[in-house]
Amino acid sequence: MTTELRGKSAIVGTGHAGFGEAHGLTAYDVMAQSALAALGDAGLNLSDVDGLFCTMMEDSMPALMAAEYLGIQPRFIDGTMSGGSSFVNYLTSATMALDAGLCDVALIVYGSNQRTASGRLVTASRPPAYEAPYNPRYPISAYAMAAARHMHEYGTTREQLADVAVAARAWAQRNPEAFERGPLTREDVLGARMVGDPLTVRDCCLVTDGGGAIVMVHADRARDFPKAPVYVLGSAAESSHRQISQMKDFTVTAARASGARAFAAAGVTPAVIQAVELYDAFTINTILFLEDLGFCAKGEGGAFVEGGRIAPGGVLPVNTNGGGLSCVHPGMYGIFTVIEAARQIRGDAPGIQLKDIDLALAHGNGGVLSSQVTAILGSQNTL
Amino acid sequence: MQDAKRPDQFFQRALAEGEILLPKCDDCGAYHFFPRVLCPHCHGSAISWKKASGKGRVHTTTVVRRKPERGGDYNVCVVELDEGVRMMSRVEGIAPGEVAIDMPVTAFVGEAEGVPAVLFKPSEG
Repeated sequence: MTTELRGKSAIVGTGHAGFGEAHGLTAYDVMAQSALAALGDAGLNLSDVDGLFCTMMEDSMPALMAAEYLGIQPRFIDGTMSGGSSFVNYLTSATMALDAGLCDVALIVYGSNQRTASGRLVTASRPPAYEAPYNPRYPISAYAMAAARHMHEYGTTREQLADVAVAARAWAQRNPEAFERGPLTREDVLGARMVGDPLTVRDCCLVTDGGGAIVMVHADRARDFPKAPVYVLGSAAESSHRQISQMKDFTVTAARASGARAFAAAGVTPAVIQAVELYDAFTINTILFLEDLGFCAKGEGGAFVEGGRIAPGGVLPVNTNGGGLSCVHPGMYGIFTVIEAARQIRGDAPGIQLKDIDLALAHGNGGVLSSQVTAILGSQNTL
Repeated sequence: MQDAKRPDQFFQRALAEGEILLPKCDDCGAYHFFPRVLCPHCHGSAISWKKASGKGRVHTTTVVRRKPERGGDYNVCVVELDEGVRMMSRVEGIAPGEVAIDMPVTAFVGEAEGVPAVLFKPSEG
């Protein structure tokens, strides 16, 4: 069953800035540079933007800060903060706003300088009161406990987790935009410093600076721009908890529901998806999301990723830019899943460009496996 | 009791007196945790407090690696109590890496970060 919104909006510009280290720049500087890059890609100006979709790590009113910085007065604004999934979630609200005529040019944008600012995750979020006294290290302790439970229930191994990081690195090595491009073996991952058992530092995403932006318009005018339009065929969200101690089943995420609804909205199945871009904050994420989105059965994610099966030349292209594990991870990675999926479809991916991509999936994760948002993007051929 | 309608305060005050109380819904009979003004299962708002059995099992666990000069490694885990509720905590009395999934544990009131907190130790026998 498809929805009325299938194909009603399109991405006509993508951009990024400050990948790696953006010395001397604030988070909002990186945000603005990303916005300019995406608008330039679309052949538009900031003065054309009348819908703003933005959240940042450092403030409680970041969308207002961003609008002020950019010198725009948007007539539609969405600053919903569901963590790193926010930017995939904005695909839904932007599509709705564009289709309802509430705005004509939607700008989704994010920026962070967390690497050069502090080298750690910067967040305005408060530690939950019933967890804070035990000093979990956010967010790794949460993901480590999900990984431990997955290993316990399904026999997933540390080697399989490591292979997720190795595959991400292999993609990144062919992507000049990626931050970490040195060689990485399974042994390197296993032998790296343990930070939260069973995860080593190489099971964890990068801490980088960087920003990303996406320009969207209504499908009716999507072919009037310099780049081939990338259509939003389906997008859906589900949130299950905020605190990791409240997660009902540590081995099943709300991606099962968000994925099923996004696929239904798009009228396609996992079998026809040609590129899969997942929010890989930790190696366990990739395994959980491949299972929950239906690319393999529950419990088989470990075997699915083993030995290069999601690496270049494998059975399924996953995180073709190198992901949050090896390309870029500026606090929240979600927007980059959409950008890479869109670029694979347009044919201007920065690294390995897959051949004839018409259908790609972008999946955002927020909080501690708390918010899951799935989007299916398609080329003109898929309308 | 006035206090019982202020769930966070009620729980914390009992804890400060060495008692672990759990909120239980009068309507559906299910326990929940953390304390709140409604039942997250049936959304009823008639909540009673019951003394916790203190018996549970480790649902999942991790070791937070920390430099020895900063206090060394410590355990963080999620325990499922026999009442069916889960809470974050840590198991004390054994090495952090020895805490295992499904290990039976018993609650006690200790201190974490300078405040009274529910902690666990391995169950005996």
